[in-house]
Amino acid sequence: MNAHVAPQAAAAGSPPKSSFSVERSTRLGTATMVFFAVSLGFSVSMPFWADASHLRLLTELACYFVMAQMWNLLAGYGGLVSIGQQAYIGIGGYALIVFANMLGINPFFSVLLCGFVAALLAMPISQVVFRLPGAAFAIGTWAVAEILRLVVANTTALGGGSGVSLVALKEFERSTRESVTFWISISASYASVLFVYLLLRSRFGLALTAIRDAEVASQSQGIDVKRTKFLVYLISAFGFGISGGLYFLSNLRISPDAAFGVSWSPLIIFMVIIGGVGTIEGPLLGAVLFFLLSKVFEDYGTWYLTALGLIAVIVTIWFPQGLWGFVAKRFDLHLFPVQRRLRLLRGPSGKP
Amino acid sequence: MAAILELEKVSKSYGALKVADDVSFSVAPGEVLGILGPNGAGKTTLFNLISGDVCADVGRVLFGGEDVTHRRPHQRCRMGIGRSYQIPQPFGGMTVFENLLVGATYGGAMSEAQADPVCIDILEKTGLGKKANLLAGSLTLLDRKRLELARALATQPRVLLLDEIAGGLTEHEAVELVSLIKDIKMQGVTMIWIEHVVHALLAVADRLLVINFGSKLAEGEPDAVMNDPEVKRVYMGIEV
Repeated sequence: MNAHVAPQAAAAGSPPKSSFSVERSTRLGTATMVFFAVSLGFSVSMPFWADASHLRLLTELACYFVMAQMWNLLAGYGGLVSIGQQAYIGIGGYALIVFANMLGINPFFSVLLCGFVAALLAMPISQVVFRLPGAAFAIGTWAVAEILRLVVANTTALGGGSGVSLVALKEFERSTRESVTFWISISASYASVLFVYLLLRSRFGLALTAIRDAEVASQSQGIDVKRTKFLVYLISAFGFGISGGLYFLSNLRISPDAAFGVSWSPLIIFMVIIGGVGTIEGPLLGAVLFFLLSKVFEDYGTWYLTALGLIAVIVTIWFPQGLWGFVAKRFDLHLFPVQRRLRLLRGPSGKP
Repeated sequence: MAAILELEKVSKSYGALKVADDVSFSVAPGEVLGILGPNGAGKTTLFNLISGDVCADVGRVLFGGEDVTHRRPHQRCRMGIGRSYQIPQPFGGMTVFENLLVGATYGGAMSEAQADPVCIDILEKTGLGKKANLLAGSLTLLDRKRLELARALATQPRVLLLDEIAGGLTEHEAVELVSLIKDIKMQGVTMIWIEHVVHALLAVADRLLVINFGSKLAEGEPDAVMNDPEVKRVYMGIEV
């Protein structure tokens, strides 16, 4: 996306003294996109040859990708540190039950609807939590998730406290079910990364990055900070709704504690912080690390959580910008380049 | 000529502390108003009240004849009130060029394609042309101050609020800055400039306003104000 502009084509008013180009793409960025496409093709073919247990694991990882990417967008860019996004995981999960089990809508298609339900409910919820400043916002989002958990636990139609199974999937053959679930998860995770990447490269991305860096100054630069944050909150709710729907589509069973449990938040925050908040690569790296750690240590019970906590402490002390943040800064490495680089082709002094 | 910006009996307090006390003044189009006053007198508060970062408790702020007292900062910016911050607030993770793009595309309501040449022009004028691709967070204090000015200009202001942009500059740099501000003035931009570097301010200002304890101490022609015994006592510590 390089725009070359000749001097005479410059905007009226104050013509620049030189022609220039604004470069967006880098070689590494192009390589990333090629890898992106190849790995997508590879992933799509997996159900034809890979083991079903591997597909299930990768479905879980794909859900984490979406969640980490969405939490990063929310907290890393929007400055909205929520510890209650499990509200939308739960809303997504239970929306799936309502659509598939109760209304008889195709469960795979329902996953998409879960995102819209989450975004729709995020509108009134945001009106409440956005009134809370700073840390109160974080607690407020958690409180909302708890309220939803209790409401669902007391709703018999939704299975009450013990939860409900996704019986609508019975009509599908097991292999079909697992393949389609896998494909949707893969699509969602790739789409979420691509979406955030394109968003950050757009004009809206300028506003988001500005708010991330200096919120007060961005207002006096003409950015409607409230509206931008509201939109980010809705987008994030949509993403969490989809990933909630997907997670429980793969899980086949949902309960209020599993769906709205606060334990989601530390895990997602762990992924984003360890990987590197405020970057696209960080949450991906963090999700992979978390996934590997959880698989390696899951047999060790509570020691597993202790180990995660220890890693979080060590990384935040030595790599406050996260592992990817450290790499990006040290080696100036950007797999998803969002920066605009200005090249003056002929400077005022005749030098490039 | 009708005033482009007017403050009518504006007051603001934090608890018992009155940071703006019944302040009234107006600025004519194209005029440069200099604001002087001791530290903590409430100069930056006036800017916050004008830009909308802080809302007045009492009184009105009029911009172009329109009451903007309850408008939000981004709305005032889009209407044409641009500001710089005394303590620079760069968008540290973005390049210098992108910093300006934010102001031009949001505050100036341009498309990116329209904004590109405008931003380049401002970068060259403000001496940041060679630093366009550096991360704003890596700039020195002087360049951060330049960026504050450049970014405010990118929003295409009709009234520009400059908060101590000459502080910490060498003599030579201050001279450069003054000539830049004169250029901006020539383009018809109205300015309000808070500055402790008095000779820089006097080189450009049409009128001076002196603030002390949140209220107006003196206002008028630069010479008259600088010779006012009360101003000498309060601001320069000279007993007459």
